[in-house]
Amino acid sequence: MASRDEVLRAVRRGQPALVEHPGTAGLGVRFPDPVARFAEVVVEVGSACVRAPDLAAADRALRLLPVHRDARRIASLVPGVGGATFDPGAVADPHQLDGLDLCILPAELGVAENGAAWIDVRNFPHQALFVIPEHVAVVVRADSVVHDMHQAYERLRHAKGFALFLGGPSKTADIEQALVIGAHGARSCTVLLVGGVESTPGVRP
Amino acid sequence: MGHAESAALFVRDGARAHWHDQAGWWVRQRRDAGAKAVPDWEDLRERAEAIKAHALSNLAGYLEEFEANATRLGAVVHWARDAEEHNRIVHGLLAERGVKLVVKSKSMLTEECGLNPYLEARGIEVADTDLGERIVQLNHQPPSHIVIPAIHMKREEIGELFHRTLGTPAGLADPQALTEAARQDLRRRFLSAQAGITGVNFAVAETGGIVVVTNEGNADMGTSLPPLHVASMGIEKVIPRAKDLAVFLRLLARSAVGQPISSYTSHFHGPRKGGEMHVVIVDNGRSSLLGQGGFRRALACIRCGACLNTCPVYRRSGGYSYTWLIPGPIGSVLAPARDLAAHASLPFASSLCGSCSDVCPVRIDLHHQLLAWRREVAARGLLPAGKRTAMRLASLVLRYAWLYRLAGRAARLAMRVLPRPVLGWLSGGWSRQRELPPAPEASFRELYRRTRGQP
Amino acid sequence: MTTVGLFIPCYVDQFYPQVGLATLRVLERHGVRVEFPEAQTCCGQPMANSGCSDDARPLAERFLRVFGDYEYVVAPSGSCVSMVRNHYQPFLAGRTGFDHLRASTYELCEFLTDVLGVEKVEGRFPHRVGLHRSCHGLRELRLGAGSERNVKPFDKVAGLLSSLEGITLLEPSRADECCGFGGTFAVGEEAVSCMMGRDRLADHEGRGAEVVTGVDASCLMHLEGLARRERRPIRMLHVAQLLAGEG
Repeated sequence: MASRDEVLRAVRRGQPALVEHPGTAGLGVRFPDPVARFAEVVVEVGSACVRAPDLAAADRALRLLPVHRDARRIASLVPGVGGATFDPGAVADPHQLDGLDLCILPAELGVAENGAAWIDVRNFPHQALFVIPEHVAVVVRADSVVHDMHQAYERLRHAKGFALFLGGPSKTADIEQALVIGAHGARSCTVLLVGGVESTPGVRP
Repeated sequence: MGHAESAALFVRDGARAHWHDQAGWWVRQRRDAGAKAVPDWEDLRERAEAIKAHALSNLAGYLEEFEANATRLGAVVHWARDAEEHNRIVHGLLAERGVKLVVKSKSMLTEECGLNPYLEARGIEVADTDLGERIVQLNHQPPSHIVIPAIHMKREEIGELFHRTLGTPAGLADPQALTEAARQDLRRRFLSAQAGITGVNFAVAETGGIVVVTNEGNADMGTSLPPLHVASMGIEKVIPRAKDLAVFLRLLARSAVGQPISSYTSHFHGPRKGGEMHVVIVDNGRSSLLGQGGFRRALACIRCGACLNTCPVYRRSGGYSYTWLIPGPIGSVLAPARDLAAHASLPFASSLCGSCSDVCPVRIDLHHQLLAWRREVAARGLLPAGKRTAMRLASLVLRYAWLYRLAGRAARLAMRVLPRPVLGWLSGGWSRQRELPPAPEASFRELYRRTRGQP
Repeated sequence: MTTVGLFIPCYVDQFYPQVGLATLRVLERHGVRVEFPEAQTCCGQPMANSGCSDDARPLAERFLRVFGDYEYVVAPSGSCVSMVRNHYQPFLAGRTGFDHLRASTYELCEFLTDVLGVEKVEGRFPHRVGLHRSCHGLRELRLGAGSERNVKPFDKVAGLLSSLEGITLLEPSRADECCGFGGTFAVGEEAVSCMMGRDRLADHEGRGAEVVTGVDASCLMHLEGLARRERRPIRMLHVAQLLAGEG
């Protein structure tokens, strides 16, 4: 209590006269085709991007990829996608998720300006599922893609628990600024962008 | 040793100094590409500046609002007046729970408080998990850059370090392979740690949530496995509303490394299921800086590191040439507030080029603040005696046109007739590597008078 | 007829009188009536930049007295003009004539472009010229957009220079990195200062520049000092000299 009061007193003493909050209106960017832009930027930030007309097609495309073929332990939080071999809900301890080869994650929305996907873990059996697996695949609905971060925060009403903007696989450039993909989290990220196309084009890249 | 002396040593290894300079410049160029890709970039900067100015003008109110909402979400909020209290609180939380190993993601605040040695002295192992931080930790060094802690080390040196400490093969210097070795080593620690400590990039008053940003995912590994999450934040990290995050997040990763977004922009709202979350709000001199009108804008800093990368002096002198933990322009405006005498050389470790102010995402007037600190240094009598006298003398001479003209003629005459070694000695630092300017027989005003007569 | 009080920085007056003469010539050629108030000495920047406000104050007051009555004040220097426009406030706020002084003191190039509306300068300079964008002129007077900001590109100095017949204007690879002069920084942080200067010279030489030009003779004095010590052939000439048709 004493420290709290002292800090707040010191802050009140030091803070300048009130100036207005400027608001956040009038900022932002608009793209002629935000979904196409999202698909481009997703690749720029280090993920692979697969466009598919529906979940079933996304599932089929995923199963053709080396990241899926080489995976033994696969978990999926998106019903119908990924061909899960493992149920993360069956383990009580998230530590046991180490060694999970691939996890398919649902995203609430995608952001065109930066390729980020908003992932809310509230219905996940374990929070660690977005970061502990060796590889992740993220399902983003094309109709959930917004233009920019301002639009994203307009839509997001995050009340409790954990969520994140996932902007690609884990990466670092701490050694001589050489970009290395796969620091502590996923070694790769595959974005399954569902809807807004007639068929599944070749996987990029 | 002040900055100038340390920097002179750094510059002596010309090849290495150029290598370090190139490294920083490369990151600056990445930042430029990021900025140029955002059409409303300059508007964003202005808005971010204004949001921070508003936040600082209602800081107490927002801190209370944040505390109330964070508590409602199930987090426990602690307050620390200074570094010592911060360390005691954190240690207390760990010791009560029998924590023997804690994993820590990047937090300059915990560096400032000296948390690692404090915990280690009390039998708790701390593993820094950001790769750059882990490298300098294994090397028993502080970070030399706030975003790229090991920017001063070459891959071969990191390889040699990992060979000694992690058992990687001798001579291995490939960044990918070295990162893999660190991944394996730290994953073991993530899995066995009993607590995770993070910093806080932004604390949102409206929601009681905190945002932690990494590219590596280390903050997330450290908080989704151990049952205890301790988040250390400076009082200046609180921002009013969730919508404000859009402004700062559009600026942060682009300013730091030129990425449109970091890989993990994590939003914590209370503890996770079955876990505990504690937030430690730290003052440690920030409220005092808040009260200093000319310098409070430095509290807006979002720790992007852009000012370091653009600073031609930082790039050519390295983080260890500065007398404080945080180097570069932002460090040089924060440090003097803590101890002006100890850090009196820092405001002068700058040519006042102003590049820092133009890259700062929140438009802190860094180069003007450096100048303002120089005034404080002079006012408190901390300038070297010779400099003080020279300025006083020069001011006197320049107050009288006839005296100025006389001094000018005498100086030019001396420059024309005195032997080089004498001139070299008289002109001190200038002549070590440079020729003096030419000493014309007539000054401009003398030529003007001759050709134009008296006006 | 536009009347200008010519402000010649102290070190230009003493060491580079030809820059002052060139400035005079350029202004008169563009139909300006120029007066040189002999009472002028120095704007006080070295004192101010050392934190010695008390030593700078009397020089600021003197400057207002000497130049306050002119319609315009023009100087061949970005940093000295910035001192008057951006840093005299603490010394002269509220004084009669200060607002006018601040609004009417110009660096030479911006005076030509903004006040006289000059787009093309008559003259030849058939050489390879590296443009050194002196920091105070660039970032404090906004003589150009600068490499840091995302604004519509513009460059008042390059615009005028590129109108000279035969000139090849060269961009260094680092468009506007500081040369390392920085006033007393040049001596106080001599090692870094000289490394910065040498890097600028190498950059311009790498682009094939025969001449380096800029709006501040102080930057050029530092670069020239380094070049002459190492007997590098590259020459330093002030923008006024190019615009006046010298060299």
